[in-house]
This record gives sequence, C-alpha cells and structure tokens, in this order.
Amino acid sequence: MAEQTLSRSATTTGETPAAVPRLRRWVPYLLLAPSIVYLAVFFASPMLQAFGLAFTGTTGRFGLESIRAMLGDDRFWPSVLTTLLLLVVLLPVQFALALGMGLVVNARLRGSGFWLYVFLLPLGVSELGAGIAWYSIFVEQGWLNTVLQGLGIIDTPVIWLDYRDPVRVVATIVLAEAWRSTSLILIILVSGMRAIPRDYLEAAEVFHAGPWQKLRHVLLPLLRPTIRTALIVRTVLAFEVFATVVALGGTGTDVLATQANRAYTEFQDAHLASAYGLVILVVSLAAVAVILVSLPIRRERGE
Amino acid sequence: MVQHSGVLSRRDVLRLGSAAAAAGLLSACALDTTGAPGSQDSDGLVFYSTQLATTEEAESLRRQILAGFGTPVDYVTDSSSTKMFDRLRADAKAGTSSVQVVGALQGEIATLWAEGLLRDMTDVVEELATGAGGRRFTRQYLDLARMDGRYAFVPWIQASYLMAARTDALQYLPPGADVQRLTYDQLLGWTRTLQQATGSPELGLPAGPDGLLKRFLQGYAYPSFTGGVNSTFRSPDAAAMWQWLRAAWATANPQSVTYGNMAEPLLSGEVWVAWDHAVRLVDALQARPDDIVSFPAPVGPRGRGYLPVLGGLSVPRSVADPTASIELIRHLTDPARASTTLRTVAWFPPQDLAGLLGGLPPGIEAEAATLQAMITAPDALASSLAVGLGNQSGAYDKVFTDTFRQIVLGDGDIPSTLATQGAALQGVLDQAGARCWRPDPVGEGVCRVG
Repeated sequence: MAEQTLSRSATTTGETPAAVPRLRRWVPYLLLAPSIVYLAVFFASPMLQAFGLAFTGTTGRFGLESIRAMLGDDRFWPSVLTTLLLLVVLLPVQFALALGMGLVVNARLRGSGFWLYVFLLPLGVSELGAGIAWYSIFVEQGWLNTVLQGLGIIDTPVIWLDYRDPVRVVATIVLAEAWRSTSLILIILVSGMRAIPRDYLEAAEVFHAGPWQKLRHVLLPLLRPTIRTALIVRTVLAFEVFATVVALGGTGTDVLATQANRAYTEFQDAHLASAYGLVILVVSLAAVAVILVSLPIRRERGE
Repeated sequence: MVQHSGVLSRRDVLRLGSAAAAAGLLSACALDTTGAPGSQDSDGLVFYSTQLATTEEAESLRRQILAGFGTPVDYVTDSSSTKMFDRLRADAKAGTSSVQVVGALQGEIATLWAEGLLRDMTDVVEELATGAGGRRFTRQYLDLARMDGRYAFVPWIQASYLMAARTDALQYLPPGADVQRLTYDQLLGWTRTLQQATGSPELGLPAGPDGLLKRFLQGYAYPSFTGGVNSTFRSPDAAAMWQWLRAAWATANPQSVTYGNMAEPLLSGEVWVAWDHAVRLVDALQARPDDIVSFPAPVGPRGRGYLPVLGGLSVPRSVADPTASIELIRHLTDPARASTTLRTVAWFPPQDLAGLLGGLPPGIEAEAATLQAMITAPDALASSLAVGLGNQSGAYDKVFTDTFRQIVLGDGDIPSTLATQGAALQGVLDQAGARCWRPDPVGEGVCRVG
C-alpha cells in the first residue's frame, strides 16, 4: 500500500525522488522477508529451544547434565558407530546404483522414460511404509524365506533379523535404505546429466574415447557439482535414518535418530532427546564441511 | 528496462502485492490449526486417549462405542504418553482446552494429577457408583483411582497380561506339568524341549520398540522370584531371576527384539509360546480359538506375580464447563457400552462382570476365564501400578530395559550390572520422591532399593 501511494505521488508530481531508487534496493529483501520470517519462526526458534533443552537437565538446571547422561549411556557409542557404518556402506552403494540407473535413463534408449518412473517409484513410499514392507520380507515367516524354501535353496527358514549377528541386520537395513532412497540421488544426478551439453561427449567420440573414458574423463568431472549436492543431501539424510532401523533392528540395533526418539517417547526425557538431536546436527555439519572441502568446485576459465 | 521516470512500474507493484498476499496466505496456513486433528469443532468434544490406539480399536470406538451419544466426538488417539503430557501441559500454559476428555492408564493419570492438570472427579465417581448411576465398579479399581484422598479418574477399562501357546506345543510340556498352573522352571523346561524338538527357538517375548517387556520384568518376573521390585532389585533372588531369564531367552526367537505384539508371531508360527498384554494377544485367540490357548502367567518361588492394568477417564482442569465431558464419561462407562467395549476391543470393564459374560466371542471368553483364574489363584501376587513417579516414569522403565539389555542381550555380569542399575534406580526414586508400592512393603519416606 505504501509503495502504491508513493508511486502515484511520484508520477503526478513528475519528480524523481531519491527515495524511490533506495526503495528499489529494498525490493529483494522484501521479497525474501516471508521465507526468512518462516524459517526463523518454524526452524530457527525450535532449534534454539532444542539447544536450550539439551543444555538443561531434568532438574531444570543449566549445565551439561543431559550431555553427560547421553555420553554415559552404554548405547551411545554403539549408536554412533552404527550410524557411521550405515553411512560408509550406503554412500558408495547408492552412488554406484544411482549412476548406473542415471546412465540408463540418460542413454535415451527407447523406453528410458519408463525406467525413470520405475526407478523413482520408491520415492512415493514413506520411510515407515518401506520399513514395514522390508520387515515382512526379512521376517522369519516372510517373503524371502518363503521364496527360498519354494526354490529348494533352504530347508528351514533362516532368521535374518537376528540381533546377535549385527552384520546380517545391518545388511538388511542397507538393502532397505538403498531401495528406498537411491532414487533421490538418481533424480539429482539425472538433472545434472541433462545439463551437460552433448557437444562434450560428441567431441570425446571424435577422439575415439570409449564408454569408460567418456564416463571417467568427461561425464564425472562435469557432474562434480551435482555429485557434491547429492552427497550433501544423502549424507544429511543418512544421519536421520530411522524407521527402517526401528522396523528391522528393533531394540537390538541403535542409531542416533532411534536413540533420540526413544529418549523422548519411551523415557520421556526431552533434554536427553535434544542432546541426541544436537549430536546429529553437529555430525551432519561436520560431514557437510568435509564434503565441501574435499570436493571443491574448480572454476573453469571463461566461466 | 523502461522506467516511468524512475518510479515503480505497475508490474513491480503487482509483484509486491502478490508477494504480500502470498506471505499472508502462507502465514495463515501456518497459524491456522483449526484443521489439525484434535482441535475442537464449534460444538463437538475432543476425547484424547493413549489407549485403544490401533486403527481397528479407534474405529470400533468411533463407530460402535460412541454410537448413540448425542454430541459429535472427535476421538484422537496416540499411544505415546509423552505427547499427551505435552499437549495437556501446553493447554494449561496457554489457558486453552483443546481436549475435553482424557482416557489414559492409571500411571499416566497419576502424573497428570500430580501436576494439577486434572479436575477432581470425586463428584462424578460418587454419582455414578451410587444409586441412580448404577455402575458397579469393583472395589479394587476404585481404590486405584484414589489419589490424595480424592478420585482422580473414573475407572474405564481393565486388563492384564497373560500367556498364550499354540496347541501343538502342549505335547512337549514337562511330565506332570499343568499348563494352567505352570511354574517358571516348568516354563523353561517346556521351551527347552520345544527348541530341541522343533530345531528352532519357540518362546516369544515382546522386547521390540513398542513391546511391553518392561512390564514383564516389573510385574511378573521380579515379584514372582523376589516378592518385591524395588526393595529386592539387587537381592540374591533377583540374581536368580536374571539367571532364569537369560536361560529362557536362549530358547526365545531372537526376532523378539522386533516384536511389539505377540499375536502376529503366534499366528504365523514364528513363536509357539508367548507372554503379552491380553488385548495384544486377543487377535490370535480370536482368529484360531482351536489352535491357540491362553493360560495364566507362571508361578515363581514367591508367588504368581501379575500386574493389573487400569485405564480411566478424566477431564482436564482447563475445561471451563465440564458438563458435556461428564456426559461423555457417563456414556462410556454405561454397562451396555462396557459390554460393547469388551466385545469389540477386548478391554474388560472395571465393573462387576456378572451379566456381561456369556455369549462372548471365543477368544475373549478364553481370556476372561484365564484372567479370572490368574486373579483368583491362591498364590496370586498383584502388583499395584507404580504411583508417585510423576515425570520419572520413563526413567524408571529405562532402568529395567537397560538392565535387561545389559544382562540378557549383552551377557553382562549380573551382580555388577544390578549394582550400577540399582544406583540408577535409587536416583530415579529419590528424584521422584516416590514411596514404595506393592508388592514392596508400603511405608513412609522414599522407597529404598534393596
């Protein structure tokens, strides 16, 4: 309203007031204001409150009581280890899969659009839904054992979700997570691939580059910024992995996010839960920093 | 860009205007919670419950149990006590009332009552229990509803935990053992024989994230082996109990760490013998009444420990006019509705059962008989529910699940684990200032861990 009045008065008097260019400088900030307010109210303020909670104990005193309780919990370090293990195993598996799928989609073969839809289907399944679906596959009387028994590969059902064999349980979680979230990386990689001009690949062909050389020396270097984005997204999400772990690992396998949830819902300790949230935040930030440093974007000349 | 002598173009103004409108719309969306589940309609009631939380139970409540009640009721359910506590605390802080009736377990209500968040329900209980009310509440449950000499809630639903087995398993019972009168040692002998005979571990315990194993420890194993819970937490009897549990766990399906509800594994045949909440077992007993039997919890050296479960109804203190809320409580505790509750969701009424039984569905009939046998057994040892823990009830449960994990899953040393966890338990009791409750000797002062 104020702007309207201002513009009308400026037009009628025919003057060029100095205030108007100054106002124009504020336009970007005005446009940004709603999202900044939104982020401040719904993201920043709860985050600050969570910091406050993490640094107060159940007695309400400010201090490190909750942090100490978290570090003293015998499940803390195992949950950190499992979280990192999942990340280390999942990232390469998912990137190899996503790259392969991306190349299939990008090869512009007949029906590549169809494959894109197939590959993206898991994106439509909620994390909890995926957890339940994979539980029904791996449980003792589940799909996997039924199929294996039907094919005569095993005689008696195998207990896949045996907490005494962490490798087996983590393998089922990796499988479920890879199925569920590889498509997210795929979608980022495909958009990156589509942005690469075909001239580069054609030039490589002129020099008789084979498929591997094209991938290694043309596609991957040009995909570097995209890969970096995908890595960051996937790493941050890996620290939040939750429902598949709860469904497949039960109380026998812990990651940071399940511990945070248990602290809040089961032990009714919002302070302890916030302390775990703080750890997840710190570890995510550290991991993102590592990615940013280890994968710098080189500016090409003329860019 | 063409400028009209440097002023904002009409397009700029339009852009600004639409941005402002969009911002307004966005913030309206963000702040308008009238569409959120559980917010009150202009003339309806919000009934928030931590029980009857599964989709089928909630649907039964909405369609059958609430049928015939004049005012529209918005039934909101979430099994997390923490969420309910937070909601009622937030209401009290904000001076609003987004919930008109609360349905919760006795222990949860005790927490809310201790924080002064609930209305005194004495007038309602007295009116319902006498004369015109016609509710024949069982004395035991009325006693449980009393806090600080007043009634904190109206008894609503009750249940307990029991055992169930596939009939195929009965042939492997130890010689001379009666499934209706098992001892803990016989149970262990049975599941060992079963494991040898079938080649796989067939005992099932709900040790998953949603499972109630903690109640097995607090209300069954500890009282049966030690005659107490807190006062005997690290006693030699307790060490014997943990030895037993470790041996029993070796005959349990390792998937037990994922089980929240034992009906499904019993039906699928993953486990043949299981312990769980009656309501969580009823689906198996209903689906295959000829193949699955229920029986009382076993008896230990100190008796047959069991834990009665009582759910109650109350009204938040922040509700300005409780008339409609009380009307809903009257409806829900009506004997006819209690009968519907029993038949649809298998929760028993905390009222005289005479007249309700007979013509029950087979699985519920079997549970009723088992519960009756367990409660009236001469060696029955009822725990009262933990009262007075307040916001420490989660920390209290954590001590038991941590001890279980360290001793049974982690194969930790029993005496040293009990010593460290016993200290943690004493810390919880001290912080809550909780007195002992049965089967521990009830006395004055903070309960001491023994």
